[in-house]
Amino acid sequence: MATEPGAPGPSLSAAAPSGVDGVEARPGVPKPDPVLVVDGLRKTFDGITAVDVDHLEIPRGLITALIGPNGAGKTTLFNLLTGFEQLDAGTWSFDGRRLDGHAAHQIARLGMVRTFQLTKALRKMSVMDNMKLGAIGQRGENFFAALLPFLWSAQEQVIADRALALLERFNLHHMQDQYGGSLSGGQRKLLEMARALMAEPALVMLDEPMAGVNPALVESLLDHVRGLRAQGMSVVFVEHNMDVVMGISDWIVCLAGGRVIAEGTPESIADNEAVIDAYLGTRES
Amino acid sequence: MDLGQALTDAIRSAVGLPAAAFAIAAIGLNVQFGYAGLLNFGHVGFLMVGGYGAAITVDRGGPLWLGVVVGILAAVLLGLLLGLPALRLRADYLAIVTISAAEIIRLVIRSRPLHSLTKSVFGIRGFADSFYDVNPIPRGRYGVGDVVFSERTLWVMTVAWLLVGVGTLLVLLLARSPWGRVLRAIREDEDAARSLGKNAFSYKLQSFVIGGALGALAGIMFSIDRQAVRPEFFFTGVTFYTFTIVILGGPGRVFSPVVGSMIFWFIISFTDGLIREALQAGHIDFIETTDLAAIRFALVGVLLMVLILVRPQGIFGKREELFLGD
Repeated sequence: MATEPGAPGPSLSAAAPSGVDGVEARPGVPKPDPVLVVDGLRKTFDGITAVDVDHLEIPRGLITALIGPNGAGKTTLFNLLTGFEQLDAGTWSFDGRRLDGHAAHQIARLGMVRTFQLTKALRKMSVMDNMKLGAIGQRGENFFAALLPFLWSAQEQVIADRALALLERFNLHHMQDQYGGSLSGGQRKLLEMARALMAEPALVMLDEPMAGVNPALVESLLDHVRGLRAQGMSVVFVEHNMDVVMGISDWIVCLAGGRVIAEGTPESIADNEAVIDAYLGTRES
Repeated sequence: MDLGQALTDAIRSAVGLPAAAFAIAAIGLNVQFGYAGLLNFGHVGFLMVGGYGAAITVDRGGPLWLGVVVGILAAVLLGLLLGLPALRLRADYLAIVTISAAEIIRLVIRSRPLHSLTKSVFGIRGFADSFYDVNPIPRGRYGVGDVVFSERTLWVMTVAWLLVGVGTLLVLLLARSPWGRVLRAIREDEDAARSLGKNAFSYKLQSFVIGGALGALAGIMFSIDRQAVRPEFFFTGVTFYTFTIVILGGPGRVFSPVVGSMIFWFIISFTDGLIREALQAGHIDFIETTDLAAIRFALVGVLLMVLILVRPQGIFGKREELFLGD
């Protein structure tokens, strides 16, 4: 298996920034510089509580993993925070700005962009078109401006150049004219991540970025995630592969039954009893 | 049996008004269904409010140009009225809402209480005189061989095909723009578009309204040609003729509506003519001339089925796109 968390790529900073140094490992603990603050977030489906988070802060500029057993509410929390699901109660703010009640596209425009567990690389569009789609604030996306190409063709060229540079970084540039559907599963994950970067986000939310990826590609994907942090972005990701989680995260938040049951650095989570209980079931007392 | 006559009639249809008017309608449906993936099963409703908007305005003493504006605005309003609630829901709800709305509009138009406005089942006649008054083409007969048109028909055809050209250019520009790229993304995966900051609902509404306005324009040309609007012109089948045309040409391709419409009307007229000839010559005796309308419907169905079997992507479609889904 190539899932062994190895050393980061040569060009990337090896040491994690120290935004969580000395932060106590307990649920709901405040961070020195949070990028995302969640308060009293609640969501129920037909009477079953999927998410019930009293307080959660996501540190800025770091990689935060969201872990927990199946049905813990990780993806629901993701969907709530990115506007893909309506919340029942609570508030949350991103960069000090209240975002509850915002639509998904507004949240993305404000700099918080997500990917999906089942990759949403657009199959019937070229890799390049997939990338261009990701750019925010395109003049040619207005109906009337669309009819007058001179209004947006210069911007389109800038976007294409930026897309090409990102495709090179993600080693997809040789496929730019191919259909998204002709890419392998791992390449689609890469494309989706690169496309999210076209939006120039401050916070990237990756929903199971390693799921269904050829083990040979996992290490390269991990390097790209570290690359996001090296560029100053904050990253939140949901992942099941514990090797990946332990190897790459600066901070880990563990959910169970929709609640935050533990958070801390990888070292403190590894032997946290609440986490072990959540994964393996409560011991008889 | 006179094959030549059937062929002449078929060519007349393919280059004449039916093909042109349906091409405009199909350009509108192609924006909605082809590019945005919206299942508008009530496209005829837009043609109807367009045609009636123009006819009623003139009937009430307004000029025809105002009628055209009223007809198009009515379609825009209809698009907003149906789109605002239904486009927020799953795709199949739009299909249900549109197909019923078109039928409701037709039944309301032909209802007795509205007789003073719409002349119910009798329809409004002779409202387009001012269109023919400005015909610059001198009196005479124009054409090649047996395919000839009067100056009157040629005038309507010219205007209709010009509108087809304008509509095609519009779609060409839109399709190549970032706006068109967002629409294609929404057609394939709305959530992907939303996650990248695109307001999917707004784009769906825009394309629905633009497609509807083009539909109204088609309905207006259709009515001007007949110098009349009557409820039965706007039967449900019109929508499905238009769908057949778009699918024949290939959904989401700029030139599909034009070529699709010409081929569609050629085939429909040619087979119509053949059956008619065969009936008159006594080759067939198990059907009557009055059955032709029903047979035409069956033919459209057969045509669609053959198409799906032989060339599911349409004439202009790319076959590989059909196999890109996992």
